[in-house]
Amino acid sequence: MGLTTVFGSGAGTSSYEDFHHTSFILLVGSNAAEAHPIIFHHIMKGVHNGAELVVVDPRKTVTAKRAHEHLQIAIGSDIALLNAMAHVIIREHLYREDFVARATVGFDAFRDSVADWTPKRAAVITGIAPERIEALARRYAAAPTAMIGWTLGITEHHNAVDNVYALINLALLCGNVGRPGAGLNPLRGQNNVQGGGDMGALPNRLPGFQDVTDPAVREKFEKAWGVPLAPEPGWNQTQMFDAIEQGTLRGLYVIGENPIQSEADSGYMRALFGQLGALVVQDIFLTATAEIADVVFPARVSFAESDGTYTNSERRVQRVRAARRAPGQAQDDLWIVTSLARAMGYPWPYLDAEGVFDEMRQLTVNFRGMTYARLEEAHGLQWPVPELDHPGSKVLHERLWAPEVAVKAPFMPVQWAPPVEMPTPEYPFQLTTGRRLAFYNTGVQSNVYDHPHKIGEWMEIHPHDAKALGIVDGEVVAVISRRGRVEVPAYASSSVMPGTVFMTFHFPDEVMTNVLTIEATDPLSGTAEFKAAAVRLERLVAKAPMHA
Amino acid sequence: MEKSISLTIDGQVVTVAPGTTLRAACEQAQHPVPTLCWHENLTPANACRACVVELKGSRTLVASCSRVAEDGMEVLTASERVQNARQVVAELLLSTSDATLAPSLQELAQISGADPNRFAGGATWAQPVRDDNNLYVRDLSKCILCYRCVEACGDDAQNTFAIAVAGRGFDAHIDAGFGRELPESDCVFCGNCVAVCPTGALIGKKEYELRQEGQWDESQITTTETVCSYCGVGCDLQLHVLDNQIVKVTSPADHPVTHGMLCVKGRYGYAFAQSEDE
Repeated sequence: MGLTTVFGSGAGTSSYEDFHHTSFILLVGSNAAEAHPIIFHHIMKGVHNGAELVVVDPRKTVTAKRAHEHLQIAIGSDIALLNAMAHVIIREHLYREDFVARATVGFDAFRDSVADWTPKRAAVITGIAPERIEALARRYAAAPTAMIGWTLGITEHHNAVDNVYALINLALLCGNVGRPGAGLNPLRGQNNVQGGGDMGALPNRLPGFQDVTDPAVREKFEKAWGVPLAPEPGWNQTQMFDAIEQGTLRGLYVIGENPIQSEADSGYMRALFGQLGALVVQDIFLTATAEIADVVFPARVSFAESDGTYTNSERRVQRVRAARRAPGQAQDDLWIVTSLARAMGYPWPYLDAEGVFDEMRQLTVNFRGMTYARLEEAHGLQWPVPELDHPGSKVLHERLWAPEVAVKAPFMPVQWAPPVEMPTPEYPFQLTTGRRLAFYNTGVQSNVYDHPHKIGEWMEIHPHDAKALGIVDGEVVAVISRRGRVEVPAYASSSVMPGTVFMTFHFPDEVMTNVLTIEATDPLSGTAEFKAAAVRLERLVAKAPMHA
Repeated sequence: MEKSISLTIDGQVVTVAPGTTLRAACEQAQHPVPTLCWHENLTPANACRACVVELKGSRTLVASCSRVAEDGMEVLTASERVQNARQVVAELLLSTSDATLAPSLQELAQISGADPNRFAGGATWAQPVRDDNNLYVRDLSKCILCYRCVEACGDDAQNTFAIAVAGRGFDAHIDAGFGRELPESDCVFCGNCVAVCPTGALIGKKEYELRQEGQWDESQITTTETVCSYCGVGCDLQLHVLDNQIVKVTSPADHPVTHGMLCVKGRYGYAFAQSEDE
């Protein structure tokens, strides 16, 4: 979202191999060692080659432990830190003045916006000493090349897009985009988040991030498809949920998602889905969401039972192939969608995945030069690939380094806002959520294999808090937010700060963590603030509320 | 552009880029040397001595996997001294370790004319299989201490550092720390050690069980290349399928995303895709 606004396309600007040869790696809200283990291999190659690794994370994660410096900031204080770094870099004239003048717009307004973001002010909010913020700013600015990587610690906040803007501003200031070893890289949480966006599975985009509100774009697609297209963008997920509540959206077709368990405030979600007139779910399992559906279409396992492509976090489009026969009546997603259209009176032909891909690439410049044969030969290709002899693009936005920059990148001044819920005497702890290495999301995939560390969900609590509350390791406690209550075993861990507890949502059948989380969404991206909810803890044995 | 390096390999003049190892230079000259511990994505450990060559002016044979080519070097890849060394390396390893799942060791033995029984009858590495989890098995009777697993677990890929060589001399062995079982160790079960093991000492649990039952039939296994369905890194997976069941997952060593390495979910977390059959 943030990247699209500034650069015109919503994708990481570098390749994984750029981590090998950069001077500086700043990871913000990313526990790559557990959430993106193979990208972490690339990051560590860079570290062994001499790069400095700095990790900004409220938790002392496996990733943070491998860093040269770990800034254990307060949850949701990223913008304070990043604005203060920009403040120092501008105050001390450490920014790339040539690049800022040639390739960016809006510098003056940005400079003014960070003028009062002194490290001292940021220190109060982040909990990081002013001297450390200054030193980090100087090192980032002095690095000949620097990579920034982020994950859901940035985007699962009510001000997610502002967080991304703050990172982009920093990179623009120091010219750390559009060059080898210098870039902005969202590490995607799911296998084909990037590919979904690439293919126009966004309310305001057609394939190749082409803008649905642009009449020329619509005309091209209308001509190819032979149908008129609505000029207004559709709804994002948050808007759909609002529309269900208001009764204006009455039918929902859910493909490969389990929102009843994966969305924040799942008690509310379940009630909301109950209001639908018709719910259709297409999945490989009878998920909790499928269980309440009117119609369920059994699908094939995309990576092992059907054909197509995924796009990864470095824009690499790769072939997915069927390796085994699907069970029973399970069908390909493409076949189901086509059959549904035909049943509704549209005579769509039954194309195979390659046929659909070929149609798509004729309509998009980014993918035009990709054929299945080329993808297979080259271990995938990184878009844009505008012509059949184009080798793919390792680095995006090199145009920003041309002598004349036609479309300049705008600075996007942002101001810090705290998480929607901050701890109170009644709810004294901040609950933050994330992933653990061996498991994944709602566990539909990862809870089937026999991992030796599979002991179900547990909550991490700082040893001081555990001691103060008299909680012993493994003791089941109640965690209560304004929205719900769960019971979960607690273990002391110094990976969280005092006042913070950590849980995952990998085992929703036992511990439905998302009854606690808050449906406070970013107005632009529609992402909910999974990373911060105020909770209180109650010991079941003492039956009395406790205070930290 | 740095000056290129000229050297002689078995009398043939070869020109290579600075930094090229003798092993790579020999490969370029089409006089390849056998290797056991060398792996394209790992730092040379100089452990096995299978790749030694004779270097004029050097008192000892040199490990071609790590020795860097220099101007004017004269290298022999098949002298009597080299062939004798290879043969003894193979014979010593065969006397201690079970090579039934070690194609590269079998090949070394074959090309060097090794006699598997030459040193038979002495101490061996035979020991019980360590089967302490349901993802992979350690059959250290097959280990040749090539260090590949240690490097893949360490700074060449995984950076977990769960395993190292413990002990000295004949008692040296790969250990997860204090002899612990894997679930109690720092192991995160990525299986990257299994992926680089050249002897089957580290082997996926499913493959191990099927081999025990006599059901592992390479001719019946299809391998399909696809992409992992967990996070957004986009790791290339090779699904090895036997009788419509995924029985092993690997990744190509030359893939730009993985370099043959995967995480625990990609390598072992596939059961959901075929859970209807269990």
